[in-house]
Amino acid sequence: MAILGAINPMLTVGLDGDKAWRLADYVKRDGYSALRRILESGIGQGDVINEVKKSVLRGRGGAGFPTGLKWSFMPRSFPGDKYVVCNSDEGEPGTFKDRDILRYNPHSVIEGMAIAAFAMGAARGYNYIHGEVWEIYERFEEALDEARAAGFLGRNVLGSGFDFDLFAHHGYGAYICGEETALLESIEGKKGQPRFKPPFPASFGLYGKPTTINNTETFASVPYIINMGGDRYLEAGKPNNGGTKLFSVSGHVNRPGNYEVPLGTPFATLLEMAGGMRGGRKLKGCIPGGSSAPVVPGPTMMDCTMDYDSISKAGSMLGSGAVIVMDETTCMVKALERLSYFYYEESCGQCTPCREGTSWLYKVVHRIEHGKGRADDLDLLGSVTTNIMGRTICALGDAASMPVQSFIKHFRDEFAYHIENRKCLVPVDVQRAGSGFFTATA
Amino acid sequence: MLTPESLKRIDREIAKYPADQKQSAVMAALAIAQEQQGWLSSDAIECVAGYLGMAPIAAYEVATFYNMYDLKPVGKYKLSVCTNLPCMLTGGVDAGEYLKQKLGIGFNETTPDGLITLKESECMGACGDAPVMIVNNRRMCSWMNPEQIDKLLAELK
Ligand SMILES: Cc1cc2nc3c(=O)[nH]c(=O)nc-3n(C[C@H](O)[C@H](O)[C@H](O)COP(=O)(O)O)c2cc1C
Ligand code: SF4
Ligand code: FES
Repeated sequence: MAILGAINPMLTVGLDGDKAWRLADYVKRDGYSALRRILESGIGQGDVINEVKKSVLRGRGGAGFPTGLKWSFMPRSFPGDKYVVCNSDEGEPGTFKDRDILRYNPHSVIEGMAIAAFAMGAARGYNYIHGEVWEIYERFEEALDEARAAGFLGRNVLGSGFDFDLFAHHGYGAYICGEETALLESIEGKKGQPRFKPPFPASFGLYGKPTTINNTETFASVPYIINMGGDRYLEAGKPNNGGTKLFSVSGHVNRPGNYEVPLGTPFATLLEMAGGMRGGRKLKGCIPGGSSAPVVPGPTMMDCTMDYDSISKAGSMLGSGAVIVMDETTCMVKALERLSYFYYEESCGQCTPCREGTSWLYKVVHRIEHGKGRADDLDLLGSVTTNIMGRTICALGDAASMPVQSFIKHFRDEFAYHIENRKCLVPVDVQRAGSGFFTATA
Repeated sequence: MLTPESLKRIDREIAKYPADQKQSAVMAALAIAQEQQGWLSSDAIECVAGYLGMAPIAAYEVATFYNMYDLKPVGKYKLSVCTNLPCMLTGGVDAGEYLKQKLGIGFNETTPDGLITLKESECMGACGDAPVMIVNNRRMCSWMNPEQIDKLLAELK
């Protein structure tokens, strides 16, 4: 199991059994009791939304937008079709928490979506699952079958008169479909190209109907909020940062994996839980919120706590909670080159600044890495990023620019060394040793 | 050209969407067609389009947009290795190099016996398990150190 540790957990409690994902096991852990209580005791839609507002649950997909507020934008008493959609397209490099939630606790997502659907007056939902995790998609379908058979989904849920149908939709390899409007286009059977906003999905979403999209972990947290109450959930984290969060720790640590900790937990504690730095090496830099978040130098990172506000003060973003740890064996130019390639490859091509800009970013970082950098390349990179940012339909343009700006800002000397000396500051065999691949058997 | 078994699976996908939104099943239908054939030929794409009542060009657009569709024949096994940054830090790139050496081919190439096609891929949402690779879009393999890779290659016959 890849959930390797926790402090005061909620989402990952009781998941050590090998059948944790089964309905019976979930019910034993108090599963579906929140949905049942809402439907049987006449708790109103507004009450549910208020509870979520009180919890200050912030979206776990990347932007950290308050979930209760988002839900209140839905025209819930308007007649007509409305949708709730779960974003399990987890493709942000460094993020692998939704996979584990769906793998070990899929019913928490189903229950959370059902509660959300009730609160917003939606009768249908979809969970969009990343194409690469096929086994998880199959498991989620099985969980849906179980929930339907037990009356938690479908017509007249638990005899309450509330109808909710939920289905799984799989992606097939396009990072951009994690962007919410691209995801909707994709469910509609089209290319996953983001839409102009406004209109926002709450007024014009799936099939043109009001729609709310939340991340897997966001939905999974909802039953726990209803059961413990919004206030207590908020207290479990820190002010303005309610609850616990799953952090996916990858890179140069001894035990890469998922860790559930209260928001506000010191980064140093999380690092320790992940077994500390591999080989006892020094932390060079850390990307604290998935590849789109600016990199933070090691010493600054060691002073951060893991919550939206602290990370933002350090000049980065908590994002999806993907903590990419890089030690001294990392060549920052090569690291940025790989990320820039990713954004270039995944740009959907709709907007010229993003399509052309990501191609330039990659080309220039590539030539620096390969000893062909030019004296003014760092300025050129800077100007390309400012020409992308804020001028595109979706946030991928910004996501491609922020790593470039932050890597150059914090590791400028390393880039300059590459350009001047046409080689890397970190010898290749040192980089290789860092990767641990050959030492695994040797 | 689609077998009755494939059509049955496609019907199950169509049922997930509102009656007037059959096109929503196109991604799943194309994936099923690819699974049946090993790759996605123009015939298969047009057949899927016809079955879902959509213009062929609309199905082509989908097939060309998403990376996991293979519009050219691939080996019996397609091995996709993640080399994105989090994996790279933990041996993803080295695993790719190791595979290239072992198989004597580069990325996007197929072994002469038509058995294995090697692909470089983007984040699979499994970075904690790096190095990771996927066989035929379906089976994810974790912690692929040299020993594990040798074992996997011996298994793919
Ligand atoms: C390029 C791009 C990729 C994204 N990828 C994801 C993703 O994989 N998973 C996710 O939940 N949100 C992703 N998002 C954010 C979504 O657009 C959306 O904000 C989120 O799903 C809302 O859910 P939340 O409020 O619960 O976080 C992405 C955004 C952008 C711009
Ligand atoms: S910013 Fe890039 S990915 Fe987003 S819509 Fe524009 S071209 Fe597509
Ligand atoms: S970077 Fe390889 S699976 Fe995420």
